[in-house]
Amino acid sequence: MSSFSVTEPTKRTKWFAGTMVIVYALITMLPLAWIMMTGFKSPADAISYPPKVVFEPTLEGYVNLFTTRTRQTDEFLAANPPETWYEEIVREYDMVIAGPSKFGERFLNSVIIGFGSTFLSIVLGTLAAYAFSRFKIPLADDLLFFILSTRMMPPIAVAIPIFLMYRQLGLSDTHLGMILLYTAVNISLAVWLLKGFIDEIPREYEEAALIDGYTRFQAFYKVVLPQAATGIASTAIFCLIFAWNEYAFAVLLTSGTAQTAPPFIPTIIGVGGLDWPAVAAGATIFLLPVMIFTILLRKHLLRGITFGAVRK
Amino acid sequence: MAQIIIKNVRKEFGDFTAVKESSFTIEDGEFFMLLGPSGCGKTTTLRMIAGLELPTSGEIYLDGEEISQKPPSQRDIAFVFQMFALYPHMNVRKNLSYPLVSQGMARRDVKAKVEEVAGILGITDILNKPVGGLSGGDRQRVALGRAIVRDPKAFMMDEPLGALDAEFREHMSEELRALHDRMGATTVYVTHDQLEAMQMGDKIVVMNNAVVEQFGTPQEIYDKPATMFVADFIGSPSMNFLDFSGKVADGATSVDLGGQAHGIPRQMQGASGDLVFGVRPEHIKLSDDGAYRGEILATEYLGTTQIITLATPNGEAKARIDSAQVAKVGEKVGLSFEAPKVTLFDRAGGQALRSELNDGVLSNG
Ligand SMILES: Nc1ncnc2c1ncn2[C@@H]1O[C@H](COP(=O)(O)OP(=O)(O)OP(=O)(O)O)[C@@H](O)[C@H]1O
Ligand SMILES: [Mg+2]
Repeated sequence: MSSFSVTEPTKRTKWFAGTMVIVYALITMLPLAWIMMTGFKSPADAISYPPKVVFEPTLEGYVNLFTTRTRQTDEFLAANPPETWYEEIVREYDMVIAGPSKFGERFLNSVIIGFGSTFLSIVLGTLAAYAFSRFKIPLADDLLFFILSTRMMPPIAVAIPIFLMYRQLGLSDTHLGMILLYTAVNISLAVWLLKGFIDEIPREYEEAALIDGYTRFQAFYKVVLPQAATGIASTAIFCLIFAWNEYAFAVLLTSGTAQTAPPFIPTIIGVGGLDWPAVAAGATIFLLPVMIFTILLRKHLLRGITFGAVRK
Repeated sequence: MAQIIIKNVRKEFGDFTAVKESSFTIEDGEFFMLLGPSGCGKTTTLRMIAGLELPTSGEIYLDGEEISQKPPSQRDIAFVFQMFALYPHMNVRKNLSYPLVSQGMARRDVKAKVEEVAGILGITDILNKPVGGLSGGDRQRVALGRAIVRDPKAFMMDEPLGALDAEFREHMSEELRALHDRMGATTVYVTHDQLEAMQMGDKIVVMNNAVVEQFGTPQEIYDKPATMFVADFIGSPSMNFLDFSGKVADGATSVDLGGQAHGIPRQMQGASGDLVFGVRPEHIKLSDDGAYRGEILATEYLGTTQIITLATPNGEAKARIDSAQVAKVGEKVGLSFEAPKVTLFDRAGGQALRSELNDGVLSNG
């Protein structure tokens, strides 16, 4: 037996590939690690040069992120000893907590708008993709091209008309307005991606369900949807990532009630000088939902990949 | 159990006609074969019966009721797909239960029925397995199980053995036929394999180019082909076509071929011009002293019989003779034909001329 095989990679290529993956992972993970670490540094450590890798972790950044603080007189401070651990952190700077910051609210806005628009994009996208895939639609190709063409210029190119339109319609700075806007941007991607996935599902499955006594909608719901789970999961991740990270429209169209986290986080900088740990803490928390969402759907993604590999 | 009548059914896809006005009847309990070359419209016909495609015109009767425009769920017809189309996200048991669940059957009854069917098909031990890892034969059995589990009025099967390898096909086709005989359910079976059709079918419809060429029992179709296409498509090697021109009178019992008179079944239709003398290989006899002679071009040994290729005055022909008989390449031999088995065709239209032999069969087609 020779150890040489045409299909199996050799030890050296495996080793090389493994090294490349690790190098790539390091390069992409480094900024993330940096941000996460900075979130736990004191402001002094955060800006020290050379950068400190070993430091005394503190939750100061997180406390500053979630609170607003005011400076107080010595008498006041002496009369009111700190009651909680976060009060204590703030006292070191002779400050007291005046109240919660807007970060929680903005973060919640991001969740509502991000997941809301993702959900809407997926529902509309799946229905449209199914119709395009299965039914004879007059001018189907032209319609599909038109849908794609909405993405041919950067969305921000239409910012001004949308700004004016939204002001007229009363959609500026509303959750609904932002959900509709992000859905409009994402829908073309959703339709095209999902159509590809649904095209791959043999019609026979639905026809079998029709024969087995189900209606067309039941067949769609019970047979096509589970088959398309992989496609839906990956499309949902793409949609969420866009809606979650979107900055330009958010700056332009939201300022208060519907402001999302991306335009809010930079405003922290302006409050009390350059509060890098607070900014980093905000960025860290901001990263979590997409990460969790992706990890939750990971199983679907992987199963889809292996399923296709076996079937072909 | 049901009788199915197809009446002038036609199907167009845009300006392409997949099935032209077709009519035939499938009797209750029959194992009925839809046979034809690729692309002739077999699947389309089957799908119209099942309701997966609606005919452009024409009627389909199931037990006397016109169903051509009804959705499949209201027809009570089962369909076995070529690639089986088992629901990949469900295990075997769920696949089998699915048609029963749609009818709102009680859970306990579903379980009992599924287990009964699994017993019949010998798949009880794989009931809880996912369908992904099943062998071809087991997939086939599950697909059949899903069809028979709800006792439909009729079964449609689209090349159900097409995905299996040759050896297993034979086994499965016997299993299928045995299953049919046991249940006695009307079955319409699509195939492009003429041997399979001849072996398994009670009746056969031969289709070509969107048209029904002939329909009848395997024997009728083999012995009394209505068209040259059928004669050529059925049988291996296929029927020999010896070209000649001349005149055949109504009532004639012989024709002139290469200067010799050859017996034919008494004709019931006169014809003239370019005609074809159709004779099956096993109906050609070799005799040393025959006046009509041909040269042996090749021989092919098949065990008990051999196929010999001959050059005759009217074109090439193949004969199936006993392998004990000596046949040497290059030799000239006399040929004779079994007169009662001969069919004459009109060369241009390909239609069989009416004779004593095929009278009665032709009116079917
Ligand atoms: N939905 C459709 N739209 C357009 N043309 C179709 C459609 N379905 C079938 N056809 C065409 O109709 C013709 C007959 O198709 P059909 O599937 O009935 O053939 P078949 O006899 O089953 O052939 P095969 O042995 O290859 O399965 C083919 O030329 C096919 O391309
Ligand atoms: Mg077919």
